[in-house]
Amino acid sequence: MNLEFSEDQKFVQHTAREFLAKNAGLDVCRKVLESKTATSDPGLWKGVAEMGWLGAVVPEDLGGAGLGHLELVLIAEEIGRSLAPIPFSTSVYLATEAILLFGNDAQKQQWLPRLASGEVVGTFALAEGAGEPDLASVATRFENGKLNGTKLPVFDAADAGVAIVVSQGAQGPVLALAELAGKHVEKTALESFDPSRTLAKLVFCDAPAERLGDGGGAAAIETLLDRAAVMTGFEQIGGATRAFEITREFTLGRYAFGRPIASFQAVKHRLAELYAQIEIARSNGYYAAWALSTGNEELALAACSFRAAASEAFEKAGEEMIQLHGGVGFTWEYDCHLFYRRAKWLSASLGTPSAWREKLIQRLEAKGAALVDDGE
Amino acid sequence: MNFEDTPQEAAFRAKARAWLEKNARLRPADEIAPNLLGERESADVIQRAKDWQTKKFDEGWAVLTWPTEYGGQGLGRLEAVVWGQEEAKFDVPPNIYAIGHGMLGPTIMAHGSDEQKQKYVREMARGQVVWCQLFSEPDAGSDLAGLRTSAVKDGNDWVINGQKIWSTGAHFSDYGMIVTRSDTNAPKHAGLTYFIVDMHAKGVEVRPIKQINGGSGFNEVFFSDVRVPDANRLGGVGDGWRVAITTLMNERVAIGAGGGAGRFKDLLKLARATKRGGRPAIEDSAVRQKLADFYIRSKGLQFTGYRTLSALSRGATPGPEGSIGKAVGAPLGQEMASFAMELQGVLGAVNDRGVSPQDALWQEMYLGTPGIRIAGGTDEILKNIIAERVLRLPPEIRVDKDRPFREIPTGSVKG
Ligand SMILES: Cc1cc2nc3c(=O)[nH]c(=O)nc-3n(C[C@H](O)[C@H](O)[C@H](O)COP(=O)(O)OP(=O)(O)OC[C@H]3O[C@@H](n4cnc5c(N)ncnc54)[C@H](O)[C@@H]3O)c2cc1C
Repeated sequence: MNLEFSEDQKFVQHTAREFLAKNAGLDVCRKVLESKTATSDPGLWKGVAEMGWLGAVVPEDLGGAGLGHLELVLIAEEIGRSLAPIPFSTSVYLATEAILLFGNDAQKQQWLPRLASGEVVGTFALAEGAGEPDLASVATRFENGKLNGTKLPVFDAADAGVAIVVSQGAQGPVLALAELAGKHVEKTALESFDPSRTLAKLVFCDAPAERLGDGGGAAAIETLLDRAAVMTGFEQIGGATRAFEITREFTLGRYAFGRPIASFQAVKHRLAELYAQIEIARSNGYYAAWALSTGNEELALAACSFRAAASEAFEKAGEEMIQLHGGVGFTWEYDCHLFYRRAKWLSASLGTPSAWREKLIQRLEAKGAALVDDGE
Repeated sequence: MNFEDTPQEAAFRAKARAWLEKNARLRPADEIAPNLLGERESADVIQRAKDWQTKKFDEGWAVLTWPTEYGGQGLGRLEAVVWGQEEAKFDVPPNIYAIGHGMLGPTIMAHGSDEQKQKYVREMARGQVVWCQLFSEPDAGSDLAGLRTSAVKDGNDWVINGQKIWSTGAHFSDYGMIVTRSDTNAPKHAGLTYFIVDMHAKGVEVRPIKQINGGSGFNEVFFSDVRVPDANRLGGVGDGWRVAITTLMNERVAIGAGGGAGRFKDLLKLARATKRGGRPAIEDSAVRQKLADFYIRSKGLQFTGYRTLSALSRGATPGPEGSIGKAVGAPLGQEMASFAMELQGVLGAVNDRGVSPQDALWQEMYLGTPGIRIAGGTDEILKNIIAERVLRLPPEIRVDKDRPFREIPTGSVKG
């Protein structure tokens, strides 16, 4: 047993941190957030593509970097730290990952090089309105090469040229691949809780589409969601950690009653609790990353645990960040709300913590007697 | 990153398993493992525990991480974890050595003279003699350095007078490690001296204390003119605080998450077996959410522990993660027990092994876990430690630090 990343993997992370420190300061996020027109930062998207991150796990002969998922989750953590205003998570962990996992050769040839180079942005369309998305009740139809239905909200859709659409085929849920240009797809922007990341409504009206490989089926789609949950979880851990660090610094520099507020026990204990919550989520993440990278069947449980823990840790970090900053934390000018918004946006993006907890219990029940307690 | 046994670990696990199968009874999957929080074990149970330890010692399965010259096997912590996981599946006597092997042995190895190490450590590993920790006093718990038990030099001996309290296992211990005040003119941390005491010496009196769960795992220990040879001093005169810190650092690791985290499977079983509104409780979504939350935190704690081990086995000092275990795990155990009793509805009030589900496991745990939140550093003290040592936030304001000890005001818990 060894729960540490290798030196090579840590180097990838270090490089990512340096690159993002230079190219994705919080001002970059804020600029998109405050803009009426910008949907992302195109320069940063290009830079990230040049770093090879968009195709991190895409094989080299398809234009990717040929890295593994252990490297990708560390890049994800850094993206999360920076609050990069780019459609990274949806394009990389969902669209690209789906084509990698399930696409046929022609689809891989056609799309992976363009996704890896950043020329095309991919999105993933699952939800159809209120509530937690659930595969059985998806109403969008995929028949005879045509998609019909409404998807809402679709995350990171503004700049997307291609979508992986969860739809109902003749024999249950399938993944369909659809280009988003053309008159058969209507895209309407929605106001986003985190305006540095976009949301849209997509209406498919006899939109031409093709089945992704042999279409997946419910089990395959669940696996895709599990894998994406782990990668997104690392973004959330990154965001939570950064929020924590900024807050810690602030409490050391802010004085009240003649001493730094960080010296008040109530403040110290809150920071200690937040820190513990983040680290415990991170530990679940290490387990999930290992299961993801090795294809271990434990992924089914590990993804649920980690995703719920990471979502809650980031949300909590955003809440504590504002509270411990006091009045300035509630101002538009300070960066606290950037974290607060991103945390909630990411939580909702793939199913909320309670949805993942429910899924976890379903899976634990299915495991039944095979469940062992090996906790210390 | 690898959560599976390496080939060496797998081989070690198989060897451990084979030895255990030959020497102990495998506990069937549906049998509830006993709850061992602060029972006052009978002489007979103690003797069985000692004999099990000696058997392990003789056949090479005791104190695995200790150097071979002290009776250990010189193995890494990961092997010790593997051993612990396997031994826990068997019906073996209670472990009465958590304090001795987890905290006191390492303290002697770190600060003892060669003579002390030779004399005590191997015997401690073998387990026929048992050790206890004599730190806390009625007026010095969290503020341990405020202790008042006095040690006065007399020839080649020291004479000890005072009272210790909450001393776990003192009633069946042969030796104790005690921190005393040897200089009341020095500031509080500077006037302390650390000794090994013979619990059978004249003037040592042990009185059991009854706990909230009815057990008596801990005691008051009175010292009346107890003579301790200077050869039993551990570390320098006035250097006791530094030695005590070694013990305390090991204590948090030894206590770990304590109690709750390994009980998830039992809780799931309970949720399946009990009814709510005529349906199994497990079908209730509020119950499902809670269960999932417990699972996630338990697993997170377990893996956090593994992170610490990974760092240790590469020779690094354990990261921050080390201090999280007890701070989070102890309250978690109490929360799980409380929830389990709630699941039982009115039966939650029944503490009768014949009637309460799962042999009243949860009632006993709910009565035991408050102790875990206090022993070895309270929740609050642990959060201070995380905040100050790990997060490097400013220390608590200390009004008593630089004053001579005798001038420090005190209040008392007795009332
Ligand atoms: C089951 C059990 C076994 C034990 N075994 C042993 C043993 O074998 N040997 C031994 O020496 N001792 C032992 N102890 C004693 C234990 O270490 C002390 O009880 C513990 O350190 C707390 O000290 P106290 O009881 O004096 O409580 P106090 O220190 O008086 O604490 C009372 C309350 O005040 C809070 N508090 C105190 N200081 C602060 C602060 N600075 N900031 C915020 N809150 C604070 C505490 O968190 C607690 O909630 C045991 C205790 C228990 C419960």
